[in-house]
Amino acid sequence: MSERNGPGLRGDAPLLEVRDLVVHHGQLKALSGISLVVYPGEVYAIIGANGAGKSTLLRTIAGLHRPTEGSISYQGKDVTRLRTETRATAGIVMVPEGRRLFPSLTLEENLKVGASYARQGPWTIERVFELFPWMKERRGQKTAQMSGGEQQSVAIGRALVANPRVLLLDELSLGLAPVIVQRIYAMLPQVLESGVTVLLVEQDVSQALRVATHLQCMLEGHTTLQGTPSEVTRAQVEAAYFGVTDGSQPLWTGLTTSSRES
Amino acid sequence: MDWVNDIIQGVLTGGLYALFACGLSLMFGVMGVVNLAHGDLAVIGGYVALGVIAVTHVPVLLSFIIVVPIMALIGYLIQRTLIQAALNRSVLTTLLVTFGLSVVIENALLQFVNADSHSIGTGNAIISGSWQITSTVTIGYLPLLILGVAVVVLLALQYFLSQTRYGRLIRAVADDREAAQMSGVNYRHVFGIAAAIAFGTLGLAGIAQGMYSQFAPTTGTTTILLFAFAAVVIGGLGSLWGTLLGGIVLGIANQIGGQINPAYDPLAGFVIFLVVLVVWPQGLTSRRASA
Repeated sequence: MSERNGPGLRGDAPLLEVRDLVVHHGQLKALSGISLVVYPGEVYAIIGANGAGKSTLLRTIAGLHRPTEGSISYQGKDVTRLRTETRATAGIVMVPEGRRLFPSLTLEENLKVGASYARQGPWTIERVFELFPWMKERRGQKTAQMSGGEQQSVAIGRALVANPRVLLLDELSLGLAPVIVQRIYAMLPQVLESGVTVLLVEQDVSQALRVATHLQCMLEGHTTLQGTPSEVTRAQVEAAYFGVTDGSQPLWTGLTTSSRES
Repeated sequence: MDWVNDIIQGVLTGGLYALFACGLSLMFGVMGVVNLAHGDLAVIGGYVALGVIAVTHVPVLLSFIIVVPIMALIGYLIQRTLIQAALNRSVLTTLLVTFGLSVVIENALLQFVNADSHSIGTGNAIISGSWQITSTVTIGYLPLLILGVAVVVLLALQYFLSQTRYGRLIRAVADDREAAQMSGVNYRHVFGIAAAIAFGTLGLAGIAQGMYSQFAPTTGTTTILLFAFAAVVIGGLGSLWGTLLGGIVLGIANQIGGQINPAYDPLAGFVIFLVVLVVWPQGLTSRRASA
């Protein structure tokens, strides 16, 4: 990893280090020895098709799955055995796939729950209202009546008010129209500016390439490619994303790199 | 005028049933646990009250000040150990474990106390007194007091759940446990607090039962749990005010049934319970909410 040349990140101590992670779902091996190192200030993107194990990786880092092998360390300390809530209060906070808002709570109450055990830091509910100005006058509404994009923004706000050091974003684009996805990703510069490091999972490769400082491609529980977006070619990404047959044809020609679940 | 009296007495009894039921409803709503030891724990609350009164000589009507915190502490501990361990396996396991707890409590009471029935505060002027409203309508001080306590408990619970930090966390954990964990919430502790509140209401239920009539080691399953279940189902699962509505419906049905034939007293209430279960399986309050 020492030869990595992210933007001014070399020389910093790693923030998050995952070593040889193996995770099983029952008999099924979802991750077969995944490693990654995230440095402070990075946008570390993990891409891969459906079922590649991306979400399992993120959920394991958040503490929602127990790995069968391997370790996770955060700020130099081993956190592999810590509970999800302990990791969250230490600064590893996830925006889960499918938003997972509290449907019987109002928008503001959702944010208040996020802030209940917050670390010290720049993010407050008021600051989230500055990031997403529409929230202020709809703070009293139940989130169940909101659109997918709005719900995703609330989920991001709920994670930010906990003042994470590393923010895990699981498939922000899932089920959203491209224009909404762009609008949601527009918050990223402000989040990074506040000192938050981002580890994200995306099926939408072009979106990931736009924002990432480092890229890791997964296929069926393995790492197939990694590097900075400038180091890898489009063809390499496509090959790593889909897996390539001996004739160097994509395995599933019906899919494009930007295809998403509807 | 007999009917008027029946309805008034039924409404008053509804307060007692609501006290039996609200803790059961809270634990089901928050953790999905159907606590089959609920009635026996109310009986424990009654015995704790007897002990507290005997030892401290506190006025019987103020015994709840000591009994409720003791029951709340017991609730927190049982939730964090026994029920949480069962929950870690499956929701079905909590049924088996709380059923087991119920059997253990009843037999332990028979073994270490005795099978006698006990009342609380017999001879107390407030507990036995009543107003004669008309020639056929009398309102006992105690049933009115119990109804008042039930309303205060439900108001306090509603305020706690909607306005306080821990109330908000309880609702969040009830909605999505995992998402709450991702926000740093230790859901086990929040479950413990919910159980402490539910058990606190059981302390009140035990005292109320002891003052209203009497309790013995088996009263928990033969009376309290059954009425609590019926009130919760009639009112709507997980609805707090539904427990009062359910309790009142149950109380009126039993009074009117008893008026027609004394043998119909508990029967009429359970017939209503079955009818509601068949016609409005979601309970009366949820039917209204969706209408």
